[in-house]
Amino acid sequence: MFKYFPHTKADIESMLKTLNISSIDELFKDVPESVIFNSDYDVPSFMSESELRNHFAELSKKNQELTLFSGLGIYDHYQPAVIDALTSRQEFMTSYTPYQPEISQGTLQYIFEYQSMIQTLTGLEVSNASMYDGTTATAEACFMACAVAKRNKILISSTLNPNTVNVIKTYLKYKELEWDFIAEKDGVVDIEDLKNKLDKDVAGVVVQKPNFYGIIEDYEGFADLIKANKSLFIVNADISTLGVLKSPKEDGADIACGECQSLGMPAAFGGPSLGYLATEKTYVRKMPGRICGYTHDLEGRRAFVLTLQAREQHIRRSKANSNICSNQSLMALFATIYLSLMGKNGLEEVNNLSYQGAHYLYEKLLQTNKFTDPFKKTFLKEFTLETTIPKETIQTALLEKGIFGGIELDVFGEQYEGLINFSVTEKRTKVEIDNLVNILEGLS
Amino acid sequence: MINYNKMIFELSNSERIGYSLPREKFIEFHINQLSDDLLRKQELLLPEVSELDVLRHFTNISIKNFGVENGFYPLGSCTMKYNPKINEEMAANKAFRNLHPLQPTSTTQGALEVYYNLQTYLSELSGLHEFSLSPYAGAHGELVGLMVIKAYHEDRGDFRRKKIIIPDSAHGTNPASTVVCGMNVVEIESNELGRVDLEKLKAVLNDEIAGMMLTNPNTLGIFENDICEITKLIHEAGGLMYYDGANLNALLGKVRPGDMGFDVMHINLHKTFSTPHGGGGPGSGPVGVTETLAKYLPNPRIKKLDDYYFVENSGTALGQISSYFGNYLVALRAYTYIRTLGKENLKLVGPYATLNANYISKALGTAYELPIKGYCMHEVVFNGLINKDNDVRTLDIAKRLLDFGMHAPTVYFPLLFPQAIMIEPTETESKETIDDFINVMHKIAIEAKEDPDKLKRAPTKTPIRRTDEVFAAKMMIFSYKDYLEYINNRG
Amino acid sequence: MSKLVEGLYYSKSHEWVKPLEDDVVLVGITDFAQSELGDVVFVDLPEAGYTISQEDEFGAVESVKAASDLIAPVSGEILEVNEELVGEPELLNKDPYKNWLLKVKLENTDELGSLLSSEEYEEFIK
Repeated sequence: MFKYFPHTKADIESMLKTLNISSIDELFKDVPESVIFNSDYDVPSFMSESELRNHFAELSKKNQELTLFSGLGIYDHYQPAVIDALTSRQEFMTSYTPYQPEISQGTLQYIFEYQSMIQTLTGLEVSNASMYDGTTATAEACFMACAVAKRNKILISSTLNPNTVNVIKTYLKYKELEWDFIAEKDGVVDIEDLKNKLDKDVAGVVVQKPNFYGIIEDYEGFADLIKANKSLFIVNADISTLGVLKSPKEDGADIACGECQSLGMPAAFGGPSLGYLATEKTYVRKMPGRICGYTHDLEGRRAFVLTLQAREQHIRRSKANSNICSNQSLMALFATIYLSLMGKNGLEEVNNLSYQGAHYLYEKLLQTNKFTDPFKKTFLKEFTLETTIPKETIQTALLEKGIFGGIELDVFGEQYEGLINFSVTEKRTKVEIDNLVNILEGLS
Repeated sequence: MINYNKMIFELSNSERIGYSLPREKFIEFHINQLSDDLLRKQELLLPEVSELDVLRHFTNISIKNFGVENGFYPLGSCTMKYNPKINEEMAANKAFRNLHPLQPTSTTQGALEVYYNLQTYLSELSGLHEFSLSPYAGAHGELVGLMVIKAYHEDRGDFRRKKIIIPDSAHGTNPASTVVCGMNVVEIESNELGRVDLEKLKAVLNDEIAGMMLTNPNTLGIFENDICEITKLIHEAGGLMYYDGANLNALLGKVRPGDMGFDVMHINLHKTFSTPHGGGGPGSGPVGVTETLAKYLPNPRIKKLDDYYFVENSGTALGQISSYFGNYLVALRAYTYIRTLGKENLKLVGPYATLNANYISKALGTAYELPIKGYCMHEVVFNGLINKDNDVRTLDIAKRLLDFGMHAPTVYFPLLFPQAIMIEPTETESKETIDDFINVMHKIAIEAKEDPDKLKRAPTKTPIRRTDEVFAAKMMIFSYKDYLEYINNRG
Repeated sequence: MSKLVEGLYYSKSHEWVKPLEDDVVLVGITDFAQSELGDVVFVDLPEAGYTISQEDEFGAVESVKAASDLIAPVSGEILEVNEELVGEPELLNKDPYKNWLLKVKLENTDELGSLLSSEEYEEFIK
């Protein structure tokens, strides 16, 4: 016997008897003999729970938990204890997509609350139930813009995170849509280049804030230009920063999208996290993903249901605008609980504390005279500097002290050579920051 | 507290907080130093609540949900097996959970080892050469797998092949993924046994066919017994075979997709490999390919050289399809599951699941219409009751099951049968649980005859009853803000 | 049993055409179409002034469980759109023959000949 299989010998015999057969193999009579797998799998033998724990203890030793001064989409924000306690409840964790609303009100209600929070943070009218991550949400936003505008070209700001750019390019390339880049000038997207490139084929324009370098770009004037061209304005924004920064709605965005990892989610080696996508109601029928709506049951009680499903793949099949068939539901619950705990004030404080730490580090690093700021622009919790210290020297020195920070941006492409990115969240202490500065100060 | 009906926003009191943050350390700086036109003016409608408020709220709404640990969950095509607790314990390990994806690989060897070994285990279990764990979900895996197919043809300089053959019994994601990948769907009708019709297949083959997507066993729970002939036909026509891994659980221990001639596939780790569905995600949809196609797999890839694991970005890859490595912690749970079962127990998954489904098929066949006779695999599809008097529909049966403390099966899918009801009991269900389900289903069949109104009214014992879906679609109340406006307008 | 109205022209994609005067017609969906869809919650229609061409999509009707493209039964210029349907899409369920979608000025009256009579349509949906 094995702990996950309740079948006793007697059970199997009795079931076989009911079926009038003598072995389970007979049920596979439709499978051609030539494709039956008769040998043993070349995978390890089973493990007891304590063996497994030991195995993971060994594996854990090969990982190093570091003090993170790294960002670029994945941030080390504080995670309230309440979240794990709630998200690990089996009612949330093990249930399926809420297609039976009578026994899924838990999931449906938190999706509605999640949508409400994304709605208010972005300022737009409607959020979907979430997407896989910030990069795919942005790629889907591009598809959506093409479907709405009935055009086939996307203009991408050169200050977008290259990961996002890469995913957008893959999606657009295979769907046989086009793209072009809007040039960067001193670390921000160049509005003059946007003017030159806005033509009758442009369905959407994608920008990011804070941008890849951490700079908070000001998109004054963008929305007017873009709307005049009958294109859609897509703003990719780190959701946490929208607690203090101008909302995508205030920027004049038609679609807002991005990553939600910054809502206290673990770095998790990159996933799972979740992406958000919000828009105005006019475009809701071209919006990808699930949407939860408010209604009532036949006794008049408040109820939530998945709605506008006629947009989705299980009904529209080849005519659907997106093939997405899930949401990152449990991570949306994570985000909802985080935002419930933090509220407006907590989110402001998180941003302020991160701002303070980042600016302290920034000033200290400039004072070492080993770093310069090539852009001299406004930032929040993340900034990019230039240095002549060889990157291997920095990495080795920091790793020796258990620090990961100062990501060399050239891992994203040669054009970023010599640039190095730091991110500071409210979790970083003065001791940690001073320690980082001391190490870097001693290098050459 | 099953009658709890507050929204978190309705608990709000502007003086309460639910967090504790470090005190300010660098007061010479303040976010208000940012230029005013960069700052938000728009109102922010977030709740202001205490920590216990949050705990009670989410606990009280959670109990309106039905999870795998509540009871039998025979949702067809979804493989709602038990999600082991040890998987969760391993995924909570801080040494994995707190890793930044850009950390130097020298500091993430344990995490990469798990990832790499899972890739090789999936290869072994499916008979395909190499896997990428980057796709976030089954549908995402389909899209990436189709990108591999398209990249392969284009790499050969063949730009004509843009048609994907899909049987009419397929999941809706198959045609949707095809179109999102910039290709066209050629749908073929199933034969009277619910299988691929070889003659109809032959009739659509030409030099524009890029490949064929197939679920096997198909969505009727039936094994495509002509599979070798099908793959041969597609290959001879120059196309590639895509295996939709949605129903892989049936085959685990018995048949490997690679051995049937499939070139590309995805696996739903949240089905076959026991990771929790999470109310709709996060899942994971690794894509596996043959040796010829391995060079097209997306970036980044995890490789191994002399016992050192590293991240590789290849110029031949189809591109990047996720921020980093996919849903890593979901993959880690699947790894734990495979190590827990080991080669000995993995072999029993498909056979036990298939035994359970056939037992149900036999036991319910006297009251429910079985449109396709013979053995099924891991799931069985009925077309409503045999006795269709009293206008009792599949929806009514599904809703009545909820009153008996069981989750409903999948209903109205596949589309081939108007009253389809699709039942998948996985290998983690005992004979007692299944017997209970069978008894309830027979009870419902009797009620349909004697008291059909009871079914039409069902459910009555659930936290809420049937909902007004037309109201939801017409009113479009998608947020608390919409709700407040609705309430105000109503007066 | 689906309702039919004598004297209208029907398409195989379940639209009806009702000649008014000269070359002006009304276009709507049939009772069969509305009953297959169920409760209609949304109607997506083009604007007046646009031209539609026979057999091309010109909009969509959506219910909670299905979405169906509207296929133009005839070609011509849209003179008027039934704006009432935007606010009250359920009118299509109440009376699909009274609640038309578009008023169209025909490009070619011969196209009516390619459509089905009520008897032929009745046979078609059997």
